[in-house]
Amino acid sequence: MAMYSDKVMDHFQNPRNVGVIEDADGIGEVGNPVCGDMMTFYIKVKDNVISDVKFQTFGCGAAIAVSSMVSEMAKGKSLDEALKISKEVVAEELGGLPAQKMHCSNLGADALHKAIDDYFSKKGKDNK
Amino acid sequence: MKEVYFDNAATTPPDERVLIEMEPYFKDYFGNLSSLHSFGEAPREAVEKARGSVAELIRANPEELIFTSSGTEANNLAIKGIAFANQRKGKHIIISSIEHFSVFHSARTMEKWGFEVTHLPVDKYGLVSPEQVKKAIKPETILVSVIHGNNEIGTIEPLEEISKITKEKEVIFHTDAVATVGNTPVNIDNLGVDALSLAGNQFYGPKGAGALYLRKGVRITPLIDGGIQEGGKRAGTEDVPAIVGLGKAAEIALGELPKRSHYLRELRDYFIDRLLSEIDHNILTGHRTNRLPGHVSIAVQFVEGESMLMLLNMKGIAASSGSACTSRALKASHVLTSIGLAHEIAHGSLVFSLGKKNTREEIDYVLEKLPPIVKRLRDMSPLYRNFLEREKA
Repeated sequence: MAMYSDKVMDHFQNPRNVGVIEDADGIGEVGNPVCGDMMTFYIKVKDNVISDVKFQTFGCGAAIAVSSMVSEMAKGKSLDEALKISKEVVAEELGGLPAQKMHCSNLGADALHKAIDDYFSKKGKDNK
Repeated sequence: MKEVYFDNAATTPPDERVLIEMEPYFKDYFGNLSSLHSFGEAPREAVEKARGSVAELIRANPEELIFTSSGTEANNLAIKGIAFANQRKGKHIIISSIEHFSVFHSARTMEKWGFEVTHLPVDKYGLVSPEQVKKAIKPETILVSVIHGNNEIGTIEPLEEISKITKEKEVIFHTDAVATVGNTPVNIDNLGVDALSLAGNQFYGPKGAGALYLRKGVRITPLIDGGIQEGGKRAGTEDVPAIVGLGKAAEIALGELPKRSHYLRELRDYFIDRLLSEIDHNILTGHRTNRLPGHVSIAVQFVEGESMLMLLNMKGIAASSGSACTSRALKASHVLTSIGLAHEIAHGSLVFSLGKKNTREEIDYVLEKLPPIVKRLRDMSPLYRNFLEREKA
């Protein structure tokens, strides 16, 4: 499995924050079964800060490592900061990803952003 | 760490006796067999001996064999060479939809040269129907090519039935027998084929040597032009050590075959039975009995093949997968989609291909390691969670 960096292998072997938050404030789902990678992110938000994050991922080694890395990066960050986490930064933090995995498996940031959007839209409804 | 090699469909480990046979031809007998002087003699004799052994293995005449560098080259030579040489009769080729890329892409290249290619559908076990072959043949059809044993799903095709039709219709019939030759008895007259590809590294020979059997009288255009090696059908100085190794592997196979395939069938069936009973939501791909002797292929639902391979690799287990994520093209294997597997199920593809050195104890080891790997990946799989929630509802 020489195509992956040590960092990717570490996150793949010991993924951080795997799981589900039953009373999540926001949920984001991305991916499709044809492509092969699907991720669901769950967030808890307190005072505009992501106080907890969990994820579930179906996919290759890169997809699992990306999800784990994004969850670690997002935890404790303000929502504004979390929205700035990009695919490029995630790949960089992981010590790079093989070219063919950049597009298909690097969906963690999208899933996180969707969860944040979900939080905002739910909150918007609550305020009405 | 324990190492279990269950990827013999990728390549088999060479037999020790093969290596011993090859060695002198790197150094002592280095000559070019086209040479008239005495240095050409020993290699010339060795190559002809090898040709005899390979011919005997498939019950062909030695002069009907063309040595190539690989199974892939043999397939390229068969598809392109036969198409080019016979195009005056017509420009229509028929192949199955589960061919190896070396046939599949060769046929695609011929499309660019103005040939028409029909891809035969297969049933859920991957079997080609002889009836479909009959229907697909037109007056312009010059070549039918159907793989003998499929390397991804293990299914063995009914070539004997198909060849009755190609004979009746007078169409050349080729088979890619790379996975079967040396692993299960192959007799070209029983199969009724006009051309057949094989490769040494699939039955304990070296890489770098394959062969195309071409029935006498079948016209072919060479792909590699040069001298008159291989009867002018494949130019280039012969890779003598590799050919000698292929010949030795054929000789060994001829002696060991009944025992070898019986042993591997037993291991295979034991493995399949336990996999299906010990891992839920997991199906066998390919045919249960018309199957390559050491071939075990499954699709495990709700998990993805590459992740399983990586975790297996960490336990020292080498296997393979046809999942999209393991391919550079990021597409599910055309073989798995051709047998009608949904994309999300094809993602869970796992292939274990056993060889003559593998043991029951190694299977037990894999069966100890695999279920926790599947559980671990399912526990983090949103597809599995969705499934469990649907079950509850």
